[in-house]
Amino acid sequence: MRRILFILAFIGIIASVYAAFIYAPTEPQMGHIQRIFYFHMGTVWVATIAFIIVFIASIIYLWKGGRKWDILAYCSAELGVLFLTLTIITGSVWAKPIWGTWWTWDPQLTTTFILWILYIVYLVLRASAGNDTKKAKYAAVFAIIAFIDLPLVYISVRVMRGISPVVFGPGGGGIAPEMMNALLINMAACTLLFIILLLERIDLERMKDAVAKLKLSEN
Amino acid sequence: MNKVWAIIKKDIVTELRTKELFSSMLVFALLVIVIFNFAFGFSVDLLDLAAPAMLWISFIFAGVLGLSRSFALEKEGNAIIGMLLTPTDRSLIYAGKMISNTIFVFIVGLITVLMFILFFNYGLTTLVPLIPVIFLGSVGFVSVGTLFSAMAINTKLREVLLPILLFPIIIPVIVSAVKLSEQVLDGNSLFAASFSLKLLVSFDIIFLTACTVVFEYVIDES
Repeated sequence: MRRILFILAFIGIIASVYAAFIYAPTEPQMGHIQRIFYFHMGTVWVATIAFIIVFIASIIYLWKGGRKWDILAYCSAELGVLFLTLTIITGSVWAKPIWGTWWTWDPQLTTTFILWILYIVYLVLRASAGNDTKKAKYAAVFAIIAFIDLPLVYISVRVMRGISPVVFGPGGGGIAPEMMNALLINMAACTLLFIILLLERIDLERMKDAVAKLKLSEN
Repeated sequence: MNKVWAIIKKDIVTELRTKELFSSMLVFALLVIVIFNFAFGFSVDLLDLAAPAMLWISFIFAGVLGLSRSFALEKEGNAIIGMLLTPTDRSLIYAGKMISNTIFVFIVGLITVLMFILFFNYGLTTLVPLIPVIFLGSVGFVSVGTLFSAMAINTKLREVLLPILLFPIIIPVIVSAVKLSEQVLDGNSLFAASFSLKLLVSFDIIFLTACTVVFEYVIDES
């Protein structure tokens, strides 16, 4: 099962590189730099899934308990931070030639940045709380509070910039079908990669638990 | 309700006897204002623009100082264990701690604003519309702060962790409170920024509810 997933992800990554660099047509206005967008969207998509998983797993952990939910939340948060970091980096690389700057404090970017910080804080809290299962609850509590907070952060950042709260303009208007395909391939490949990394990471955490148990039984 | 009141009374009596929380918060808030004053180099134009932000930064920093002591005090004499042993619902403990913290933070906020108005020559009339802003801001800030204070005290980093946890979460409070204070200091009514007002109130309601629900997981058998 794991092997099949691995092969699929491998093919997917190659296909996504092909789709982004060769298959998709060059965007007339932005030129080749637009191709980074496929990876950008792929990573941000995965980060979103990861943080939703953290939220749901945290609720279940508080509700029912069970180490596996805690592990799931932790591993997913770690990967979410990783993918969101990639999103921010690819976004900056794209923004430099297009907007002429690496970063602007536009509402969406600011919210993303705060999202990134929130989950880094989550990891700091994890590290500081130690391996104590009682204290794993803290992380779950923080994850829930952070997730509830996000829409409010988004609204408030808009208020700060004096922009009336209109969320998304009409999108996807003039996108070529090949571009859409390339985007979908990239998102699928990133998702596969995420699933594999998540499974591996969960295994690693389980092994750590097993080692800790063995050490205890030896003493 | 009696139980909540008992916790509030206990905190107020402790505070009246020691006065350590209150004085340190207040002095800290004033010091931040003084430091800002130096940093901006006495330029009046700049000061006018930065005034609301300055007010809230000093206020939030002082508040964090107070909140981090709130549960440290309980922890010191193992008073928290005594409190948990009483047949009290955990959410009532949260309510009691939250209300007493709000009272402290609110009073410190009031005095800070008063000093601020005197130092920077705003009319005394601006104080009245600022009171609800400070109150709503304190409630939002303390609702999450009390929860995180109980959490942070049991981690390795202890008090250091509290601001790291708290600041990213309370961004909506800071933004809306600064917007509202800006309007008030400009001499407008509060409702000139009615959207910020709504945002602040909804933050308070959402997080009071959420924190009451999750508090029991934080405090249990720690």
